[in-house]
Amino acid sequence: MQQKVITLTINDCEHQAAVQSNTTLLQVLRRLGYTDVKSGCEKGDCGACAVLYNGEAMNSCLILAQQADGAEIVTNAGLGTLEDPHPLQEAFADTGAVQCGYCTPGMIISAKALLDRNPNPTEEEIREAIAGNLCRCTGYAQIVDAVQMASERMGE
Amino acid sequence: MLPQFELLMPDTLPEALEMLADRTPDVRPLAGGTNLIPDLRAGTHRPGSVVNVEGVGGLGGIRQEDGYIVLGSGVTLAEVLSDDLIAEHGGVLAQAARVFANPLVRNRATVGGNLGNASPAADTAPPLLVLGAEVELATNDGSRWVALEDFFVHVCDTVCEPMELITAVRWPLPSPRAVGGFRKLMLRKSMAISVVSAAAQITLDEEGCCEDVRIALGAVAPTPVRAYEAEDVLRGQRLDPDLIEEVTPVACGAASCIDDVRSSAKYRERVTDVLVRRLLGDLLHPDTGGTRCNRRS
Repeated sequence: MQQKVITLTINDCEHQAAVQSNTTLLQVLRRLGYTDVKSGCEKGDCGACAVLYNGEAMNSCLILAQQADGAEIVTNAGLGTLEDPHPLQEAFADTGAVQCGYCTPGMIISAKALLDRNPNPTEEEIREAIAGNLCRCTGYAQIVDAVQMASERMGE
Repeated sequence: MLPQFELLMPDTLPEALEMLADRTPDVRPLAGGTNLIPDLRAGTHRPGSVVNVEGVGGLGGIRQEDGYIVLGSGVTLAEVLSDDLIAEHGGVLAQAARVFANPLVRNRATVGGNLGNASPAADTAPPLLVLGAEVELATNDGSRWVALEDFFVHVCDTVCEPMELITAVRWPLPSPRAVGGFRKLMLRKSMAISVVSAAAQITLDEEGCCEDVRIALGAVAPTPVRAYEAEDVLRGQRLDPDLIEEVTPVACGAASCIDDVRSSAKYRERVTDVLVRRLLGDLLHPDTGGTRCNRRS
């Protein structure tokens, strides 16, 4: 077993972790306590494990932990807290965009990446941005509403 | 859980090439990991060693050089989609990038990886075939350029030796009179592997007749294929609805469809016909359907 110590900055907090060659970023994030990052298909189909990786939304199941050495990572939990939620998190609650909740952290990460570069997206742009995130409960309508609502509130 | 393998983390390209040469043939390069990591997990590939080439110097960047557009093999599909040079001189590839997997995957998947993985349904292959692309394969002893037509051998098999690395992809600047297009049939609107894909690029002469013609199909044969006979039919002719009727079945002759999880052979044959007909129709009206290769679409 080939072990290596890597450094990750996760939600502005620096961590060091000993990882094997076959450890994925998803596994190390969850081991470090960032269990808001969900494990779904583990092959890049579902988006439940999406994080902002050096500013871009990516599936953490497709990144080896050692590839991520030195990376800056933001998870859904890094965007806001219960007392001070991010407008996206608030809008997801207000529109009822959460049912079982498993896809929500990844959805919010993809939506955050979208709003970062396009603060006023159209419905089509929102649907395209979350195309890599599967939701099996809501049928997406409330999720699209939530992103639209967050976009409007953030523009005010 | 991924199986165990030795993971090598080179800092430079020569170092990476040395590691590949040392471990050949039981070694695989890793970049975006969107194919390799699921394949490792599924046991489709069981290499003893993996060489990480993500971020290795010399594999990035998109540039115009000596009459070519040159892409580092590590350029991601997201970069292809947002690049001005590609929009201007390779619009057909940008069209394919737009419907490639989903945004999360496009942020990691690389052009070199999509070609090297050699899926018959690789979405970058038909556009790059019609652009007349070549692939650069390198070792520390030198490199060679291989025409994409000669690159694919069979399903998931290419002429790239285990010790070679795909380092770049290039194509000649299309003529200002070239029009191109790409179409893909999927079972849903995104995150779907092609049932059939098709790309075409046609350069018109001063009279408006087809001078240089390339048509390519994906997911209809063991490798992405050129429809050479259809290209011969079009060359020297003026593209019109009657000619499209005539040439479409000829183009479909390049396909050898099989049954698989996405489609029966019969359905695939039928929709190849429809897709080619629509694609060529797009080129009749490049301002609405196809992509003017010399202009942003």
